[in-house]
Amino acid sequence: MLYGTLFIVCIYYILPLWVMVMTSLKGMPEIRVGNIFAPPVEITFEPWVKAWSEACTGLNCDGLSRGFWNSVRILVPSVILSIAVASVNGYALVNWRFKGADVFFTILIFGSFIPYQVMLYPIVILLREMGIYGTLSGLVLVHTIFGMPILTLLFRNYFSSLPEELFKAARVDGAGFWAIYFRIMLPMSMPIFVVAVILQVTGIWNDFLFGVVFTKPDIYPMTVQLNNIVNSVQGVKEYNVNMAATLLTGLVPLTIYFISGKLFVRGIAAGAVKG
Amino acid sequence: MHSISVKELTLNFGAVSVLKDLNLDVAEGEFIVLLGPSGCGKSTLLNCLAGLLDITDGEIWIKGKNVTWAEPSERGIGMVFQSYALYPQMTVRGNLSFGLKNARMPQAEIDKRVARAAEILQIGPLLDRKPGALSGGQRQRVAIGRALVRDVDVFLFDEPLSNLDAKLRSELRVEIKRLHSRLNNTMVYVTHDQIEALTLADRIAVMRGGIIQQLDAPQVIYNRPANLFVAGFIGSPAMNFLHGATVDGGRRFEAGGIGLSLEGYEGGAVGARPEVVLGLRPEHLEIVPGAEEGRTIPAVVELDEPMGADSLVWLKAGGAQMSVRVPVERRMARGAAVHLRVDMTKASLFDAATEQRI
Repeated sequence: MLYGTLFIVCIYYILPLWVMVMTSLKGMPEIRVGNIFAPPVEITFEPWVKAWSEACTGLNCDGLSRGFWNSVRILVPSVILSIAVASVNGYALVNWRFKGADVFFTILIFGSFIPYQVMLYPIVILLREMGIYGTLSGLVLVHTIFGMPILTLLFRNYFSSLPEELFKAARVDGAGFWAIYFRIMLPMSMPIFVVAVILQVTGIWNDFLFGVVFTKPDIYPMTVQLNNIVNSVQGVKEYNVNMAATLLTGLVPLTIYFISGKLFVRGIAAGAVKG
Repeated sequence: MHSISVKELTLNFGAVSVLKDLNLDVAEGEFIVLLGPSGCGKSTLLNCLAGLLDITDGEIWIKGKNVTWAEPSERGIGMVFQSYALYPQMTVRGNLSFGLKNARMPQAEIDKRVARAAEILQIGPLLDRKPGALSGGQRQRVAIGRALVRDVDVFLFDEPLSNLDAKLRSELRVEIKRLHSRLNNTMVYVTHDQIEALTLADRIAVMRGGIIQQLDAPQVIYNRPANLFVAGFIGSPAMNFLHGATVDGGRRFEAGGIGLSLEGYEGGAVGARPEVVLGLRPEHLEIVPGAEEGRTIPAVVELDEPMGADSLVWLKAGGAQMSVRVPVERRMARGAAVHLRVDMTKASLFDAATEQRI
């Protein structure tokens, strides 16, 4: 009974994916037959190739590949920068309790409760004044800042679960702020870094709003480009190409989950022990 | 010159005062134990000495240098923690040499010091293992080794044996004592275990509420406690207390229908006081069959507890529960009426109001 229910629920969840994969492997004539659950009679990878390198958005007809590389160029520096800053934040908040640390932390957490949309326009102005509106570095900065509250919280909780005496011992051993961070704390914190990487990679990769607001068409991230391909109103709706494009876009976070699922669970659990 | 000198040390956490105007001088080569119940400020004081806590007021001098605001590594101290605090990702050798590398010491000197520490603590075969592959006793040896390689004059121990089982604890206790007699450096040792304190210390500082209650040699602390708190805290089983009054110009103690002559009490003339507490250690009482005027208390046996080497007899006397240590062969029947002879030369007398020794 239990397994029966689980089985049905699984089927229910897997069906859309099934439809997407199947549709993306069919040619347009076969799709017009309308039998969306049926596997393709004649398997073709044409739509995948087209989605990757030929699909048009506006005047550009070089497919999703451009968006993919844009996303990578946004993702890598954003993830590295946000995690680097947030982990040092968390470490300083736990171990070097400076004056006003609690106030600082409260403000940071409070910031995470304000809806993004409220801040969009002020940030546009800020970036314009800084001269980086519409550039990749502007978007990287925005992602870094918006990742700060949750990541700092994550790292703070993890570091406070590490024994305080280790930190004291390192200080008696003459290690300073950075020596303790790199030599003692970092090697002990791999699980939480994996968690942070996963959170940031999926979050930033899947971001649409910041991408569309803070960049311009040449450097749109993959998600924005996908939207433009799928929602283009001219010509025939190429369902197979759309499905392939969507799957391609979703592939990166999926891969990350699959290769690091175990570490992810362990890290989340480790961070959750002590708040 | 004092090895450590703490002057008027005060520490507040917000509105809470943890240490109050504390003074402590430690002589060179002395083994000082800070003893007290949890929350008495003993570990806090040690952290202040190590420089891991910023103090509110006062001064700390180590080896004739004012180190009140010096970094922990600049104070010439080594510290051993309760949880060992070994760096899990480093080998034992890495743990021992971490501090020396931070001090940019030449590799040859590091090797020499690590080898010496390993020899003293007999951890040579473990040098290339990670702490996770060591037993509790071995980990604590490595932790002591980490203080040892620093070649410092002052060792600070923060309840180093509390995480070990009873057998290992007594083994390492002996080892720490041996280490002290070999190195002859100053040691400050925090514990809540009075056996550790009594066996290791040259002097014990008994603390409560951030104040040192008594600072003296173990025998003095045990035999002549300065106040009721120290008397009750030191000694297992605890000291027996009788609440009463001194009469006859301080020549007699009376409580609940019993009278004892205070002749021989080392405090001398105590004067007549309406409320006093007489403290008697279980081993300073003797069970005798007949009453002796002014020297015995009538008592009824309630229970006897054989403890191996000797036996503890619990009795009801003078309206209070009392315990007496007797040889284990001597079995006492429940309900037997006996008399307790008091050795007044070893008794302690306290003022009930001020709790101070008279």
